Amino acid sequence: MRVPTASKVPLLDVRNLSKTYRSGQERIAVLRGACLRVEAGESVALTGESGSGKSTLLHLIAGLDQADGGSIRFDETEVTALADRGRAALRRNRLGLVFQQFNLIPSLTVADNLAFQARIAGRHDSRWQSDLVDRLGLGDLLKRYPEQLSGGQQQRVAIGRALAVRPPLLLADEPTGNLDEATADEVMDLARDLIRQTGCGFLMVTHSARIAATLDRQILLSAGLIA
Amino acid sequence: MSVRARLSRRGFAAGLAALGFGGKALAQGFAELGADASGFAAVTPGRRFAFPADHGPHPDHRIEWWYLTANLSDTNGNAYGAQWTLFRQAMQPGPQRDGWANQQIWMGHAAVTRADTHRYSETFARGGVGQAGVDAEPFRAWIDSWQMRGLDPMSAATIAPLQINASGTDFGYALRLDATRPLVLEGDAGYSVKSERGQASYYYSQPFFTANGTLTIDGKSANVSGRAWMDREWSSQPLASDQTGWDWFALHFESGEKLMLYRLRQSRSQPYLTGNWIGANGQSIVLSANSIAMTPTATTEVAGRKLPTHWHIAVRDRNFTIETVPLNPASWMGTSFSYWEGPISFTGTHRGVGYLEMTGY
Amino acid sequence: MKQGLWILAVLLSHWRRHPTQLATLLVGLISATALWSGVQALNQQARTSYDRAAAVFGGTRVAMLVGRDSTFSQKLFVDLRRAGWPVSPVLEGRVRVGGRSLRLLGIEPVTFPAETGTIPSIRTSDLQTFIVPPGEALVAPETLSQVGAAEGATLRTDEGAMLPPLKVQAQLAPGVMVVDVGVAQRILHLPGQLSRLLIGQTRGTRAPLEAIAGDKLRYVAPDAETDLERLTDSFHLNLSAFGLLSFLVGLFIVNSAIGLAFEQRMPMLRTLRACGVSSRMLNGTLLAELMMVALVAGLIGLVCGYLIAAALLPDVASSLQGLYGARIPGELTLTPQWWAAGLAMSAVGTLAAAATSLLKAIRAPVLAMAQPYARQQTQQRWLGWQGLAALAMLVAAIAVLIVGNSLISGFAILAALLLGAALALPVLLGFVLRIGERSARGPLAMWFWADSREQLPGLSLALMALLLALAVNVGVGTMVESFSRTFATWLDGRLAADVYVNARDDAQARDIQTSLRARPEVTAILPSGRAEIEIGGWPVEVLGLADHATYRDRWPLLESAPHAWDDVRSGRAALVSEQLARRLNLRLGGRLDVSTPDGAWSLNIAAIYADYGNPKGQIVVNIDAFTSRFPNLPRTRFGLRVTPDKIAPLIDDMRKTFHLDESRLSDQSTLKAESTQIFNRTFTVTAALNTFTLGVAGVALLTSLLTLSNSRLPYLAPLWAIGLTRRQLAGIELLKTLSIAFFTALLALPLGLLVAWCLIAVVNVRAFGWRLPLHVFPLHLAELLGVAMLASLLAMLVPVARLIRMPPAALIKVFADER
Repeated sequence: MRVPTASKVPLLDVRNLSKTYRSGQERIAVLRGACLRVEAGESVALTGESGSGKSTLLHLIAGLDQADGGSIRFDETEVTALADRGRAALRRNRLGLVFQQFNLIPSLTVADNLAFQARIAGRHDSRWQSDLVDRLGLGDLLKRYPEQLSGGQQQRVAIGRALAVRPPLLLADEPTGNLDEATADEVMDLARDLIRQTGCGFLMVTHSARIAATLDRQILLSAGLIA
Repeated sequence: MSVRARLSRRGFAAGLAALGFGGKALAQGFAELGADASGFAAVTPGRRFAFPADHGPHPDHRIEWWYLTANLSDTNGNAYGAQWTLFRQAMQPGPQRDGWANQQIWMGHAAVTRADTHRYSETFARGGVGQAGVDAEPFRAWIDSWQMRGLDPMSAATIAPLQINASGTDFGYALRLDATRPLVLEGDAGYSVKSERGQASYYYSQPFFTANGTLTIDGKSANVSGRAWMDREWSSQPLASDQTGWDWFALHFESGEKLMLYRLRQSRSQPYLTGNWIGANGQSIVLSANSIAMTPTATTEVAGRKLPTHWHIAVRDRNFTIETVPLNPASWMGTSFSYWEGPISFTGTHRGVGYLEMTGY
Repeated sequence: MKQGLWILAVLLSHWRRHPTQLATLLVGLISATALWSGVQALNQQARTSYDRAAAVFGGTRVAMLVGRDSTFSQKLFVDLRRAGWPVSPVLEGRVRVGGRSLRLLGIEPVTFPAETGTIPSIRTSDLQTFIVPPGEALVAPETLSQVGAAEGATLRTDEGAMLPPLKVQAQLAPGVMVVDVGVAQRILHLPGQLSRLLIGQTRGTRAPLEAIAGDKLRYVAPDAETDLERLTDSFHLNLSAFGLLSFLVGLFIVNSAIGLAFEQRMPMLRTLRACGVSSRMLNGTLLAELMMVALVAGLIGLVCGYLIAAALLPDVASSLQGLYGARIPGELTLTPQWWAAGLAMSAVGTLAAAATSLLKAIRAPVLAMAQPYARQQTQQRWLGWQGLAALAMLVAAIAVLIVGNSLISGFAILAALLLGAALALPVLLGFVLRIGERSARGPLAMWFWADSREQLPGLSLALMALLLALAVNVGVGTMVESFSRTFATWLDGRLAADVYVNARDDAQARDIQTSLRARPEVTAILPSGRAEIEIGGWPVEVLGLADHATYRDRWPLLESAPHAWDDVRSGRAALVSEQLARRLNLRLGGRLDVSTPDGAWSLNIAAIYADYGNPKGQIVVNIDAFTSRFPNLPRTRFGLRVTPDKIAPLIDDMRKTFHLDESRLSDQSTLKAESTQIFNRTFTVTAALNTFTLGVAGVALLTSLLTLSNSRLPYLAPLWAIGLTRRQLAGIELLKTLSIAFFTALLALPLGLLVAWCLIAVVNVRAFGWRLPLHVFPLHLAELLGVAMLASLLAMLVPVARLIRMPPAALIKVFADER
């Protein structure tokens, strides 16, 4: 693990994060004091075996779930201290999220899916939107519904939606998990280009070493700890 | 019953046609008192009054009233006022029809006033069936259970002695009235002019009643005595169409003299003022309009209206200057035709008590 | 705000993609609101018209004085006024205008008590015009069009009396004409006579009544007199109950539609949360969306409700008139309160139906948790609770049956019974299916039963709706059929004489009887008498009947002591109507004290007889005893036995000779036809509402099946993969659904009979005071069973057709999508 320069405040600074789930009588400690930093504009791959807690870590950073202990400092905000409304505002305005299941809204067209996070954040920018459409090659698909798209197309829409608010950090949870290799590469290329141009930080959970290798830095999570 | 109709005393006249039919009465204000009287008997100067016949009704005239007010006090010196009024109105001219087809409508008002309370009640009746009416001889005026009747030996010339009674849900009274002096013909021998344009009524009074009896408020009775004043008036068109209301005084002086005076307010000109100075001997002299001064000095807000309840009154050629004070400034008659009617007292060059009626506010 | 609108737009986009779901939701809400508000409109209409009637009646709302005889001298009015009584005179009579009979009310507007309400036009327009000749005749708009005259027209009565010019007065009840009391006296030829005195607000002291009027007048306290509103209360409660039932069945649909929509939108809700919508914002928007739907559906529902009410109004109006003499105008008038209440009902219903889904959505975590067994476990636990709740409901029903005594408690029993049965249904079906599963041979049969059970939760709401609708249909159908069967025989007994006469006065009655004695075809003249009294504050008719085989043989006795008719003849005993017996808890052999002008009359109860449809109590005594006890009553009524083929000519002769109209002279067959017509209509509305309810239940079933069929693919695809054809699959699906529906319908039959019993033995007895014998009509039951199966078959048609025509690719996709 690289030690960051002390003078520079990281975009994301996770310390001693712990999380335990209950399943019936059993308690499963998924995270046991994980630490992690992402600098502004840096692309980081979070890898590890199934059940190593990498997705949980991502969800906690995104404020989708609450940690049991530790701190998540993102862009001068202590995420663990935020209530539901604050966490929602954080996701809406300052984060982009991409999931393995694409999580598009099935009843909205591609165009509306692309725009809606920006809309509810109140920062819809039609020029940036059309820029995104061009770069992601979605121009012909705008009027279609998600179910009419292939997996790769859906994930491109999801990336577009996440970047529409120009977030300082993009979080992705196995974005290529449901895609074949060729499509995955294609989507990743597009994503990396866009991320580089927007100067946005990127934290991606993946189990694919091949995909992980294409990012600036790789972190291995093992048994709830950063290895 | 609509309370909107801003009609009154003598002004019930507005026509019972407007009984609960306030919209019309409101729209036309007092106009109906000045409404066309065609078909009804006219009021002309020089009529000879005949009693007891004239104590009875004059159905050929459109409107008529028997109006009694009494200034009373109990043995502890508490002052009271009592009012007993019967109005008659013909809905149509022509010969009197029998039974329900009779065209007369009757309205009764009764009230008692004390410094801290004012109670009133009203009732209505159709003519022709016996629910209300007036007989000249033996004298009897009644509506429902309220009545005013002559007692033996009744004198037509003094219309006394009389027994009157009335009651409402929370008040009642029974008074005996005696008088030794004869009736007073108001205006020009009973011809009372109401405007420069000739509207007039027949008008006589008995201002010399003494009253004795009991008065009950909320079940508590008091023995009372004092003075009473009866006005009898009938006409077919007593008001001009622009006359909006009046302020009417009936005053008993401690000296035994009486004064009746009123001011008819007119929308298109100065008020019409007139009065009768009645000597202790019963001699009456008409006062000229320009000798009378009537000026409100204070107003009271009653039932959402501003009423001039305190007055300065002067009669120049009589060296008469008084200030009047109401016994109860809230003597509001919230009846179908609402008005202010209550006992007053006055001081100045003369002292005494009386009644004030204010309509059209 | 803008954010909220965007979220709302996203939520609403779901419905655009799933129009059937939206349609289902709307249909459910619309039909629920429509049926409920339609019934409310009917009730409101009836109540308004009671008010209108009361306004002119001066009945019930205001205390009054009534005479011993039908009219009394107006001098009493004056005497009372002069004694301080704030009374107002009323003279009432009937006039015929253009062949139509109108109730003529003479009132006196100057003394008319304000609290009686309303003869508004007299108040606002010219009193003078009303009083001063020619006066005015105030009528309702309906009456004006009935007599076919224009406002201002001057009509004559059929007798030739001149009426005042007509004036329309919307607040009046139809069939009533209001004139000045003096005008009424002239028209009715009753100079100086009055029918009653309304008592206004007391003003001061008044003398005791006896001191002024002696015993000529009787004080009637407000409400002591038979009151239309009170009498008809049970009728309206009946309507309301069925309206509510329909509403509930409608909500079943809403519930399943909303449940499905929320289920399908769960991922969308998660995505919204992930993209930064706070849970508070999301919940608020979900609620706003529901309220929007409720509002739109509510409005449409209200319009439909209006149409339903308008369609049913004639039936309601005629049964109310037939049963209680209440006149309801034929045109609906709706108040703003009705609209507001309807929308509120729609909103509350939506919320109630959506409550579980909404709670689930609110509680849902942002992250989907994989808990494969949780659902099934909850389902099992849920079923357990439901079974307990069902048991509690049934216990409650029995408890109320034992303890309760009011009509409300009757309906409570019904509601508890139905709800309990509905809740028990999935448990029972599950039990049946498990038995099936256990006895099944072969894997396919095993799968058939197991899969049916698997399907049960998704279908149970629709099945409950079907169960309820069917049970109520069976119940009401059985009641109506029982009624009409009983009624026919009962009517034969009650209308025993061939011709009924009510002469104008005693003299005419004597004349008629004298002339009839000379006619050989008249085999018997049966004088009768009728008096209205009160027993225990309840209005009771005393009937005096001749001792004659006509009655002995046919009077519909329910139970009787030996020699009952002999005891009656002696004047010591009476027959008592069922209503009265129930009301006063009278038994055979018991005693009944009747107050008569002649003093108290103590009577033995010799028999109890059926008196269906009479809102008042009734007793039958011997006519001679009757006349000696009520000596002042007119003796104008009598029945005739006539050789059958001579009836018509006899009536023609009598009409001509004695100028008797149909209110005074009628024959048995006409009366019978009229009564039957009235009673046939008594339950028309109930039956119509029932049909609506069944329709709604059908829709519920259809939508549930449609919904279910979408989620069925993953279950069917494996079977298809192992070699069953789509056609076979469709057949199995059809068979499964039909068999579940069949079990449900089978369960509905005994439940329906229980409902019928409840209606007949509990609700009717409490509502009307009489009990019908319960007849079971197997054919009717079979028919309903058929209808239920047909409805299920129709509901299955679409999903099955869809399955048969499903492209194999769609089935393959199931595997491809599996993760």
